[in-house]
Amino acid sequence: MKLIKNIGLLICITGFSFFIGSIFIGEYHLSQEKFDNWINNKGIKSEIFIADASNQLVGKTFSAFALSSKLIELAEKSSEIHQTNIQKWQTEGGQDEKINKEWSKVIWIDWSKVHKDFTFPLLQSTINSSAKNNQWLAFFLTFGLAIIGGLLYIIPDFILLGPAGIKNNKLFQHSATNRGWGGMLVAAFFIIFYFLLYFFPDFLINPILATNPISLALSGNSASQWFMYGLIYCSVMTVFAVKMYVKYRHNLYQVIRTTVVWFFQIAFAFLIPEMLVRFNQPWYDFKNAWPLNYTFFFDWNINSLLDSGNLGLFMLVWGILLTLVVIPVMVYFLGKRWYCSWVCGCGGLAETLGDPYRHLSDKSLKAWKFERYIIHLVLVFATVMTGATLYTYFSGATTVLGVQTTSLQSWYGFWIGSIFAGVIGTGFYPIMGNRVWCRFGCPLAAYLGLVQKIKSRFRITTNGGQCISCGNCSTYCEMGIDVRSYAQKGQNIVRSSCVGCGVCSAVCPRGVLKLENAPDIDRVNDNPILIGKEKITLNS
Amino acid sequence: MEHVVIIGNGIAGTTTARHIRKLSDKKITIISAETDHFFSRTALMYIYMGHMKFEDTKPYEDWFWKKNRINLLRAFVQNIDPHKKELKLNNGTTLAYDKLVLAVGSKPNKFGWPGQDLDAVQGLYSYQDLERMEKYSPTTKRAVIVGGGLIGVEMAEMFLSRGIKVTFLVRENRFWGGVLPEKEGNLISRHLKEHHVDLHFETELKEIIADENGRVKHIITKNDKQIECEFVGLTAGVSPNIAFLKDGDIALNRGILVNEFLETNTPDIYALGDCAEFHKHPTGRKNLEQVWYTGRMMGETLAQTICDNKTAYRPGMWFNSAKFFDIEYQTYGWVFAQLQNSEAEFYWEHQNGKICLHLVYDKTNKKLLGINTFGIRMRHEVCERWITGEKTMDYIMQHLKDANFDPEFFKQYENEIMNQYNQKNGTNLRVKKRDWKRIFALN
Repeated sequence: MKLIKNIGLLICITGFSFFIGSIFIGEYHLSQEKFDNWINNKGIKSEIFIADASNQLVGKTFSAFALSSKLIELAEKSSEIHQTNIQKWQTEGGQDEKINKEWSKVIWIDWSKVHKDFTFPLLQSTINSSAKNNQWLAFFLTFGLAIIGGLLYIIPDFILLGPAGIKNNKLFQHSATNRGWGGMLVAAFFIIFYFLLYFFPDFLINPILATNPISLALSGNSASQWFMYGLIYCSVMTVFAVKMYVKYRHNLYQVIRTTVVWFFQIAFAFLIPEMLVRFNQPWYDFKNAWPLNYTFFFDWNINSLLDSGNLGLFMLVWGILLTLVVIPVMVYFLGKRWYCSWVCGCGGLAETLGDPYRHLSDKSLKAWKFERYIIHLVLVFATVMTGATLYTYFSGATTVLGVQTTSLQSWYGFWIGSIFAGVIGTGFYPIMGNRVWCRFGCPLAAYLGLVQKIKSRFRITTNGGQCISCGNCSTYCEMGIDVRSYAQKGQNIVRSSCVGCGVCSAVCPRGVLKLENAPDIDRVNDNPILIGKEKITLNS
Repeated sequence: MEHVVIIGNGIAGTTTARHIRKLSDKKITIISAETDHFFSRTALMYIYMGHMKFEDTKPYEDWFWKKNRINLLRAFVQNIDPHKKELKLNNGTTLAYDKLVLAVGSKPNKFGWPGQDLDAVQGLYSYQDLERMEKYSPTTKRAVIVGGGLIGVEMAEMFLSRGIKVTFLVRENRFWGGVLPEKEGNLISRHLKEHHVDLHFETELKEIIADENGRVKHIITKNDKQIECEFVGLTAGVSPNIAFLKDGDIALNRGILVNEFLETNTPDIYALGDCAEFHKHPTGRKNLEQVWYTGRMMGETLAQTICDNKTAYRPGMWFNSAKFFDIEYQTYGWVFAQLQNSEAEFYWEHQNGKICLHLVYDKTNKKLLGINTFGIRMRHEVCERWITGEKTMDYIMQHLKDANFDPEFFKQYENEIMNQYNQKNGTNLRVKKRDWKRIFALN
């Protein structure tokens, strides 16, 4: 068994090595035809850039890094000349038409966009690599080996870890799970991956190609970086869902919850949207609610839905109802957990891949105070940004109170959508625990939390006086709730951040905690009396 | 301002301090030789097994004490002068008190075995015990644990988590035989064997033999069996930690003698928790009850008395809980190891042999006296209402679902249990649906 486990680890690492190695292979031959196509598609008007690129690049072969940086260098150089011209003509005066024309030639370089919007399409069309020519093989060597190896590493634990029960031995003694070098390595890998995915997809072309056959089979389109990401997401959740089954096989709440959250990811966030595309419908995730899905009210999304007939209209109405009606009603009956740990994709990853890191969340009062400020701030900002978006959509004005709506959108997309939710949210799993985004950043979690706090039947009931203050519940709370501080007072836990994962109840050695939906009178017992002694009643 | 000095920062001392602060502005000092801050002693095993860090076992953050004006002093009290109302500390200083609370806890029992003070022979009670276990673990291949109770089974689980083999010597014919009835004892014994604990029943320790460095190399049992080991765990109970009071004025027996107000024979000196022994227990229970919950309840009571609301200690229904490897145990009311003459019982066990429910009731009026449950969590409030409210067995069997506290979606066994009950008693009762109004005593 131990041997199988080690072989699995080796195979898994091999898969990851192929994945990382594939970034560095392949050559990019720039033919005149492909170059011209790209210039046309991008609408590039700078004759300086076109001339320079034609002279220096066309007909030659490069690595991804060389081609990408060369293109950006030439673009920068040409833009500098155009801008100098504009300045010169402006001081001379009276040449407005000429100046406007010159402005249209400037290629704007923003590091966070230039790779994905400017160079990525050209590199994608010019690549020649072994991965491109053997896509199924590339898929097997990267995804295939990582998945097979991962499963071989995990499944022997069914035997190795002994009878069913809580399996947290050595978590704080192993470098992968105690912020040691193993954890840091994983964090670095995650962070670099997210940077490449969001901002430098032109270096991920081979991994994207490895997922191409699957994309073609599902939607008929060739794979984008987002398709690759979706497939990675689903694969990781699948492998780690198996780990959850092994670890929590004695706990049916965890088994069912894991299955449901896995199902919603695979079906609603991956298969259904890809199928919709196959039938020429908009890519739509029926469970992704605003404000987590912050682009829902963006003009391009509304227009695309409105252009898609009855189904598109239904999607638009459903999206609005989901946020305004379905969510609050469900939170009233079941607590915010129905979304955050049973349905949501971010929650799904946190509850599977993130489970081994849940104990790394900060439980201090300071962290709680910080959390309350920042998560509600994000909710306010998401609402303001969406308000401006809708104002612009209906009135046609491009600015609201002097602020450009598009700059609000791109600021939110960059800082919240990419950096906070992705790079920090997942990249920091091995450092700050598995719910960094959900706890500090997710505007939907903030909204669900407000409902849960104000009006809901959900609570974690504390069982009389049985708490021994051991601290397992607080330690394993991924949301950093100091569960023990309530339990040891005999107080129920009603906290807006609780996502109802059920692990506090699972790790409690004395059967003190139970997640339940019950009549909401007396849900918050602020004046608890510890059972066990007669006569005195105390405020704890 | 009156100065309350508390010796001991465990659950009893800390609870007293916290509640005095809630009720008054008195000056409070807690002295401990063990650690700077209060931690949960019951969680020591989880630190060793890597489930938690020491920091995680502290129920309050370090700023809590200053904010609540509770002074913490790391020192060892050498003796008490009740006339001058002064403590002599090991750092050479003295500390004056107006009221003194002794919450000094207990220490593992040693029954005079030859070799009991050798290296790598110890119990598990204090933080220092844990440090010593850590120190000896890397060079231990097999540990022998003496005394089949709660701490013994914790120690076994700890060692096994590090791949150290465990031999467990138990005096009775089953695990925790002094407390658990036979069937439950057997259930846990089976589970220990499932975890590869080498169990020796009706076996007692005779002698511990040292190697040339003064560390245990093997033990000899009373039936002259020799067992090689590098560590001996002494877990045959604990006794009050009162050696430093031996020649003083405070009346002692096995523990520090107190009345129902937790007052000792000496004015303004109180004792509670593990170290306190009642002359006569106020509700007829054992005079010495060394569990977490009684320490906490005594602390809440004593704070009232110290803050001029003289309150007698009146613990309600007995309850306790524990976890043996993967099997959780809860008990409410009284289920003794041997059924008393006036009692009858109902016992149900799941066919997997890991889950059971044991109800003990009065033979004549069928009223419930106690519940033991293994592998099923039960609701404390409901069980208490049943026992103190003197509900009959028929009522309890019908309302069993109200007491279920297992997580959602767990398999429930009430119907199966009821079938057995009906068969045994020739009744035809049905299990009622769970009812929130009954559970929360609404209306």
